[in-house]
Amino acid sequence: MKKVNTVSRRSFIKNLSMVSGGLILACNVPDTKNQIERLSDDLNDFNPNLFVQLKSNGDLILTASRSEMGQGVRTSLTSVIADEMDADWNRVSVKQATGDDAYGNQNTDGSRSIRTIYEPMRQMGAMARAMLVTAAAKKWNIDESACTTQNHYVLNNENNDRIFYGDLVEEASKLDMPNDVTLKSPDDFIYIGKDLKSIDVIDFTTGKAKYGLDIRLPDMKFAAMVRCPVTFGTLRSYDKTKALQIEGVLDIVEIPRIEKPFGALGGVAVIANNTWAALKGKEVLDITWDYGDNKEYSSDNFMTEITENVYKKAKEVKNEGNVNKAFKKAEKIIESTFQLPHLVHAPMEVPNATAYVQNNKCEVWSPVQAPQTTRKEVSDFLDMDLEDITINVTFLGGGFGRKSKPDFVVEATAISKIIKAPVQLIWTREDDIQNSYYHAISAQYMKGAIDQTGKVTAWLHRTAYPSITSTFMPGVKHGAGFEFQQGLTNIPYEIDNIRCENAEAEAHVRIGWLRSVYNIIHGFSVNVFADELAVAANRDPLQFRLDLIGSDRIYPSDNEYKMDTSRLKNVLNIAAKNAKWGDELQEGHGMGLAVHYSFYTYVASVVEVSVINKRLKVHNIYTAVDCGTVVNTNTVKAQMEGAAIFGMSIAFYGKITAKDGVIEQSNYHDYKMVRIHEAPNIHIEIVQSNDIPTGIGEPGVPVIAPAIINAIYSATGKRYKKLPLMDFGLV
Amino acid sequence: MLKNRLAAFKLANTKLIKNVNFTKTTIFNTYFMIKLVINGEIYELNASAEMPILWAIRDIMGLTGTKYGCGKGVCGSCNILLDGYPVRSCITPISQAVGKEIITIEGVGNENKYLQKAWQELNVPQCGYCQPGQLVSALALLNSNPKPSDNEIDSAMSGNICRCGTYVRIKKAIHMAAELHSED
Repeated sequence: MKKVNTVSRRSFIKNLSMVSGGLILACNVPDTKNQIERLSDDLNDFNPNLFVQLKSNGDLILTASRSEMGQGVRTSLTSVIADEMDADWNRVSVKQATGDDAYGNQNTDGSRSIRTIYEPMRQMGAMARAMLVTAAAKKWNIDESACTTQNHYVLNNENNDRIFYGDLVEEASKLDMPNDVTLKSPDDFIYIGKDLKSIDVIDFTTGKAKYGLDIRLPDMKFAAMVRCPVTFGTLRSYDKTKALQIEGVLDIVEIPRIEKPFGALGGVAVIANNTWAALKGKEVLDITWDYGDNKEYSSDNFMTEITENVYKKAKEVKNEGNVNKAFKKAEKIIESTFQLPHLVHAPMEVPNATAYVQNNKCEVWSPVQAPQTTRKEVSDFLDMDLEDITINVTFLGGGFGRKSKPDFVVEATAISKIIKAPVQLIWTREDDIQNSYYHAISAQYMKGAIDQTGKVTAWLHRTAYPSITSTFMPGVKHGAGFEFQQGLTNIPYEIDNIRCENAEAEAHVRIGWLRSVYNIIHGFSVNVFADELAVAANRDPLQFRLDLIGSDRIYPSDNEYKMDTSRLKNVLNIAAKNAKWGDELQEGHGMGLAVHYSFYTYVASVVEVSVINKRLKVHNIYTAVDCGTVVNTNTVKAQMEGAAIFGMSIAFYGKITAKDGVIEQSNYHDYKMVRIHEAPNIHIEIVQSNDIPTGIGEPGVPVIAPAIINAIYSATGKRYKKLPLMDFGLV
Repeated sequence: MLKNRLAAFKLANTKLIKNVNFTKTTIFNTYFMIKLVINGEIYELNASAEMPILWAIRDIMGLTGTKYGCGKGVCGSCNILLDGYPVRSCITPISQAVGKEIITIEGVGNENKYLQKAWQELNVPQCGYCQPGQLVSALALLNSNPKPSDNEIDSAMSGNICRCGTYVRIKKAIHMAAELHSED
């Protein structure tokens, strides 16, 4: 255990200010344990675990602790600080934090950056502002209450005098941190809730933004790896003769398997002096594998197996009332089976990492969503102290959950350790699609009862899918509670008899989270099945759904993800209104709706499609979102637009299959994405709210595929319960 | 029209050439000395003639704005202009670029001052990774068709994947760039 230094936070702030010549503030982030201990470490090393740094020329450097992967977090988090500071946004630059526990949790996943650190970031800004006010009041020898702040100045209300923030740096640096700060009233926000542009938009559009693959170090080597095509297969032997003959190939090294959730799969790495040579070397490596236990894995057979499992009674995960009694008394019984395939993230930038291991330290540059986990993994692998590992977070060319798993960083570290040089490891697109952590394949069985009045009296939902926990605890056969809470056990319907069960399903590939995770699975079945029930009850799907959600209430009480049903109905009504639900449509057109609550956010989408000559076209998507307080309207809108396209790709093309343990898809030609000519008009409405801010990166995804299925039904009378739709020749 | 433009462009660039960058000679003497003209500057490099342009410009010349996405010519992230035409630099060997003009994302601003402005104005990028390729494709489109329709944008841009799903804004930005150009 490390020695706890007795330096208090106040003296820490003073010391730091003296050395830097600027006003620097550390942040009190929730779930940061042992802050003092870490601060003292930083004092020794001078590692800036800080969010606010003001220079005497007025430059304001704000630190973003979360990874930028397209969700605009570098802009939104720092604009919150700048808002509370009344800072001039034009003087702000953003520094990307390295992986360090001092920042609090940095995991950029679960749609939780704004949700969890909005308040702490506000406090950071407010604290800085308060100290600047105190410093100005001292200078003027007036009471602080006579001071206000505006656009990088403290104003003296008594005589209209003003002082530039930069001119207060020295004075403010001598002050103790205030014990309490007052946060702004939302009416006074200058950036929060506005349409602030991405702080990185110029770099993004000029080719200047540095992603992982853009890192260049002196004497850096380039590497590519061959891994066993079957998950957890092992290397038997390899012949490197041909690969070594390729111009530019420098060496071939063996990388052992590291048996950890985010360890390395193991394999053979080609080291070269450019990427092309490494890729060519990879092609001609002659390798014999021991395919291991997963070589029999066929996703087709597995789907049959788990589908059989959901037709049998399974492990109870929720039970209210008595579904069996209700089924006996039912006027109508509806049954449905849903089958959804594995998916893969396929971010435009493949996994990659640049690592430089030296005698007693290691530095990494990589597009990672979880820099602290990455630091820990590298530290464990190298058997070095955390303090000796630096994880620099580059821009992420998309993440979607893939880059939360730093196996690729461990690999690069292993290579650098062997070759004793800085190295950049690239995954090819084929590696990315064939050696990933996959979204779970799933089978679901649903049974509903309707009485004579058209009311739903019973709801049985049985699921089977390999669990993400299998990646952490091999052999797990059931889903986990956090997976069920993603739209299974917290269905928003007011039905007297509800039963949810989970059947067995074992993992034969690495299972991981992908944008909106099990909400994709549950959001699909629940929304399509509810639409089927509306048809069976001979009711309009919109009114039927509103009735199904029922009374205004907070539900469910036994669940982390409690929802306010009035907000759920509100987004559904807004989406329907914007889509002009109920108006007559053109020949061959249909409209479908879906509504889902995830990551504490309420989303509804109404989709208009046409099916003409058996070809599907999505014309319009109307989405309404309630994510509480909006920090950046542009970001929220963009995330909803992007989620619509992401959801369409799932509905149209998303399918990963395995045969003999090997993934059958390999690149964007057979793992297709929606392209611009398929993109519909997308209309987004954001609900105005002063509630706490909630997730936005993921909640837009789950509604899209089911709304498309329901729209196809409305256009054609045909109900598709398997994805993707390309398998039916519709796209 | 395109031809005239290219001729004018070539003429302009003969005057523009200023920095001649020599990379370090590699130890492999079977590599060839190859001269490339990129964004109006001459580069000489020692490389295998079959190396795709993508890796030559990224790993040897250090121009990292052009991105790897698929390596198979199916996603458009690596798009560059070769004598005005959009090509997939991940599958086009440098031998095919000899004696031709290459334009990469780093040179888009010199070719069309409205495109990036429109992209910025409408906040098109999310993660931004595919946008260099998108902008290069859009540049090729506007060079040949200064006022494209929605359908024309669709067919010119359908070779570029954006996993973040920024298509709606890309379409708007191309219209905006065309509009700004015609107003000027």
